[in-house]
Amino acid sequence: MKNKSLSIPYVVWMAFFVVAPLVLIVAYAFTARDGSVTLDNFNNMGVYFPAFYNSFALAAAATLLCILIGYPLAYFVSKESLLVRKVAMMLIMLPMWMNFLLRTYAWMSLLDDNGLINQFLRTVGVFDLVNALSGGNMTCLHMINTQGAIVLGMVYNFLPFMIMPIFSVIDKIDPRVIEAAQDLGADNAMVFRKVVFPLSLPGVLSGVTMVFIPSVSTFALSRLLGGGKTLLLGDLIEMQFLGNAYNPHLGSAIALVMMVIVLVCMAVMNRFGEGEEGVSVL
Amino acid sequence: MSRRRIPSRVFSVLVYLFLYAPIVLLIIFSFNAGRSNRIWEGFSLQWYLELFHNARLLGALRTTVVLSLIAALMSTVLGTAAAIGFYSMRRRARGVCLAVNNVPLTNADIITGVSMMLLFVFAIDLFNGSPLSAALGLRWRMGFGTLLIAHITFDAPYVILSVMPRLRGLDPNIYEAAQDLGATGWYAFRKVILPEILPGVLNGVIIAFTMSIDDFVISYFTKGSGVTTLAVEIYTMVKKPVTPEINALSTLMFTVVFLLLLVVNVRQARQEAAATRQKAALTPDGKAR
Repeated sequence: MKNKSLSIPYVVWMAFFVVAPLVLIVAYAFTARDGSVTLDNFNNMGVYFPAFYNSFALAAAATLLCILIGYPLAYFVSKESLLVRKVAMMLIMLPMWMNFLLRTYAWMSLLDDNGLINQFLRTVGVFDLVNALSGGNMTCLHMINTQGAIVLGMVYNFLPFMIMPIFSVIDKIDPRVIEAAQDLGADNAMVFRKVVFPLSLPGVLSGVTMVFIPSVSTFALSRLLGGGKTLLLGDLIEMQFLGNAYNPHLGSAIALVMMVIVLVCMAVMNRFGEGEEGVSVL
Repeated sequence: MSRRRIPSRVFSVLVYLFLYAPIVLLIIFSFNAGRSNRIWEGFSLQWYLELFHNARLLGALRTTVVLSLIAALMSTVLGTAAAIGFYSMRRRARGVCLAVNNVPLTNADIITGVSMMLLFVFAIDLFNGSPLSAALGLRWRMGFGTLLIAHITFDAPYVILSVMPRLRGLDPNIYEAAQDLGATGWYAFRKVILPEILPGVLNGVIIAFTMSIDDFVISYFTKGSGVTTLAVEIYTMVKKPVTPEINALSTLMFTVVFLLLLVVNVRQARQEAAATRQKAALTPDGKAR
């Protein structure tokens, strides 16, 4: 079935609704409100360095935590029987089908100063113990409206995006490859280091992309779990487009810089990943 | 062997606990008589009743379902046609098209959202300032229309990614064979190609629909002020400190999704079992190959 013309409607659609909007972002970023070409939007960006720093630092922390939790889990699950593997992966996907705002809402009340976690710690007597040891007057562990809470929200919401690709890559590794390594005298640690881990890197890379990008650009999580105390790039952009600070030119410039930094990070990471893959093939 | 697995199993159970404890708590507290998510005050169904009387939320739910259905169907038609077209292209052109197709998938949602908002504001200003608008007496605003365009735009790439592998697995000769036997182009497509790629197309509809239902960020920027979707409405509700209806809503959504996944998985398992049995019956020595 050869019919190139069938793609014409969608190509036109993409030109209007994918390419044109990105061109507009660039155009807005390099112009002022009166329409004149300017670099002012970029020159003033130093003011927003904390937002850039916070966004990338929190997203990096969340991504790292997702690898540390997600990789072992994916690896352990891949060793189970077929039925367990299927059910386990279904259970990983299930929360993702619930809107992430609802999942975040659950944490808002859990992390509260009078929330269930603090109630539990109080009942168990943790605070009494700490107060007795330090002579302080601790009544709760302050968790909500901190940067830690934002990272927790990122990890909780995006962890499945890390587990799924890693699991699907490890699950597809030919068992004969592992047997071959064992036949050649590799012990379990060696098999993991030299065979399983290099072969699973593409999964880790796509997991990193799928966790890092929504984390670095979020505005809802910082608003809900960070209490608006930590200004992230997403908040900044949202404020320029829908908030009181309405200035789509500055908003476009910030969005453009964020996009470029993310793209550069991904390109560097993918190159590194390809190199690893090349080594394992040799 | 089994004793060595204990630490890894403990770790796995802890991760699942982390994933599910908050959801279980929401479900428990949806039956709480009090407003609080912290203190249990007895069993009650009042938050479910209030949920069903929340006209704003129900309106948003209706908008979201209608929007997601239309967006899923239109993006599936557009995307399936595009996938066939891409498949017929030369490698270079196909590469370019697929690269552009991947842009909404890899870009952060907020970038897709604000860039489309810029386009809509730009186009609306252009239209409303034009003599055409004055002649027709029409003023265009952001609303359901812009929302639909945005949803089709981010749904279609998923459809294409789900249909393309099916096309690649297609025997290129069967379409010509059908034509040799006298089938016209459309008839051959309907009778030969479509049944082959149908699983991919159906998969595309489902992915597109769930993506649309779930989307918050892109809808938030492209909806304008007149309409609202479920996710956006949830966001405004969640920003207030105490909203017990949210617990009830979460419980209902979780139950629906859980049942859907269960049905799909059980059906799939049955089909697979049937397929294995069939294969076993067809193989001469009675073993599944």
